[in-house]
Amino acid sequence: MTGARSFVVDDREKGIFLLDREALVSDEVLRGEMRNIFAKCWIYVGHGSELKKNGDFHTRKVAGRPVIFARDGKGQVRCHLNTCRHRGALVCTERKGNTRRFNCVYHGWIYNNDGSMARVPGDEAYTAAFDQSTFGLKAPAKFESYRDFWFMNLDPDAVSLVDYLGAATEYIDLVVDQSPSSTMEVISGTQEYDVNANWKLMVENSVDDYHLPSTHSTWLNFMANSGVKMEPSKDPALVLPTHGLAIDLGNGHFTTDNVNFRGRPVAAWIPIYGEDAKPEMAAIREELVQRVGPDRAKRICDTNRNLVIFPNLVINDGSSVTIRTFYPDGANKMQVTAWALGPVEESESARARRLDAFLTFYGPGGFATPDDVEALELVQQGLANYTDDRWSEMSRGMGREGEQLNSDEHHLRTFWRHWDKMMTGAQA
Amino acid sequence: MSAGMSAGIANVAVKRAEVEDFFFHEAALLDEWRLKEWEALLADDATYFIPPNDDLEGGHRGTLYIISDDRERIRQRIIRVMDPNCHAEFPRSRTCRLISNVRITGVEGDIVHAAANFVCYRYRRYQREFVYVGSYQYALRKTGEGFRIKERRVLLAAHELGQLGSVSFIL
Repeated sequence: MTGARSFVVDDREKGIFLLDREALVSDEVLRGEMRNIFAKCWIYVGHGSELKKNGDFHTRKVAGRPVIFARDGKGQVRCHLNTCRHRGALVCTERKGNTRRFNCVYHGWIYNNDGSMARVPGDEAYTAAFDQSTFGLKAPAKFESYRDFWFMNLDPDAVSLVDYLGAATEYIDLVVDQSPSSTMEVISGTQEYDVNANWKLMVENSVDDYHLPSTHSTWLNFMANSGVKMEPSKDPALVLPTHGLAIDLGNGHFTTDNVNFRGRPVAAWIPIYGEDAKPEMAAIREELVQRVGPDRAKRICDTNRNLVIFPNLVINDGSSVTIRTFYPDGANKMQVTAWALGPVEESESARARRLDAFLTFYGPGGFATPDDVEALELVQQGLANYTDDRWSEMSRGMGREGEQLNSDEHHLRTFWRHWDKMMTGAQA
Repeated sequence: MSAGMSAGIANVAVKRAEVEDFFFHEAALLDEWRLKEWEALLADDATYFIPPNDDLEGGHRGTLYIISDDRERIRQRIIRVMDPNCHAEFPRSRTCRLISNVRITGVEGDIVHAAANFVCYRYRRYQREFVYVGSYQYALRKTGEGFRIKERRVLLAAHELGQLGSVSFIL
């Protein structure tokens, strides 16, 4: 789809990057996003571990569309549109469960858990032209997985998921390799909260390390109060205590890649975990060294990475691992869902430590996320002036040669360049 | 919650009105942001839990909670929310909580288990209004100086937090 105008000023010669704030408030832009981005890109649906047994299912909205994420009777993971083929009602209203059939309450059409049509009540009333077997639940055009992360794509002409993820797979691997059997699982307990802000502000916020000292000073104080030493860096270019990079992974994906200072359940001890945790954490690290070698073990344990898969999947491998996705509910609002991810073989004590570490920072009751939510909502409120204060300034670090810093805005520009290209229909 | 002997301590006598008075006093301290005084109501082993809306029964060591604080984390939470740099609470929310349906659900030695329903209205600037509805479940230790909170558990009635956004104050 072509026709939309560009919303960015990208002057590489002068080193200036500006974003037209209309992109963050306009319903017209949102309609364009639904066509050009959410109907074209691979969108995260769920993790295979959420469907442990055949017949397990979860209902959720993915990019605003109600779907059933299910494991059918033969063990195949599926994504059905949660819409009856008869009149369009949701055919499954439970949040999660296990079933062989999905029954529409309206006229009683029944579907098997593989999506196929099971029964139309009173089918003798239809003519021969009515072929019941063609009335299975619809599915997205494509549905594929990478290391048990399942994505859907509404575009039948889309490239494969692996090609789409491209260089981002390396950063997913760094998360999955934390499990001795390469099997991570979503932990029970879902965090679902709304933010009264445009969804793209969450993309920025999830990887923006420039905001940490100002938005999260109370979290930094908590860490210091808890005995976590965070000396300011001697390098005046660094906003954070340690060195960190912003990396463009292609196709609109990007990540931070930071030397850790905040502790990691796998496996960098900080005093918050308690003295008792030291032997077990040393053993977790030793298992990694044995399995993946010392260099990769160090990379897994001693770096933290916030990864964005374009457009709306964030995997934060920081104080804990969180999968976060969000979708627009109008131009001025988004709905956020977040889960914790951990190795399946984790001990009871390591799991408890992981969850506690999660809550030190993330989530609606965490010591950091509520202030992110506040910051994004303040942006959205301030954007009411967009016609008279048109441009968001995003040039930070543009003059920097070579490696790009996590506290600059290279990765944010990566997002916006790709977004702009998809919205204007320019060739990728 | 079974009534009966626990750790050799005879069950304390307790009336619903005592528990109710305690809840009303606590609610006033929280609504008035007198959090240091509120902290003085906590037992040394106090915990504060908000389980996730979709798994109210799961244990906090194996389920991702919204809040799962031990005594030290509650202390840190108070420091955080009283700091003007806790942006989610600056300017501070104004809250008004109504507590009802107070019940004593069991007595074990000096521990009184009690439950109540609540509605907590939270207002921020520009007419932003949030209504938290649910139930409180308490384990209260009865001491010579009154009740001390051993466990404070908040069960949210909503299917998801949704438009409530954050729980950045003491709910």
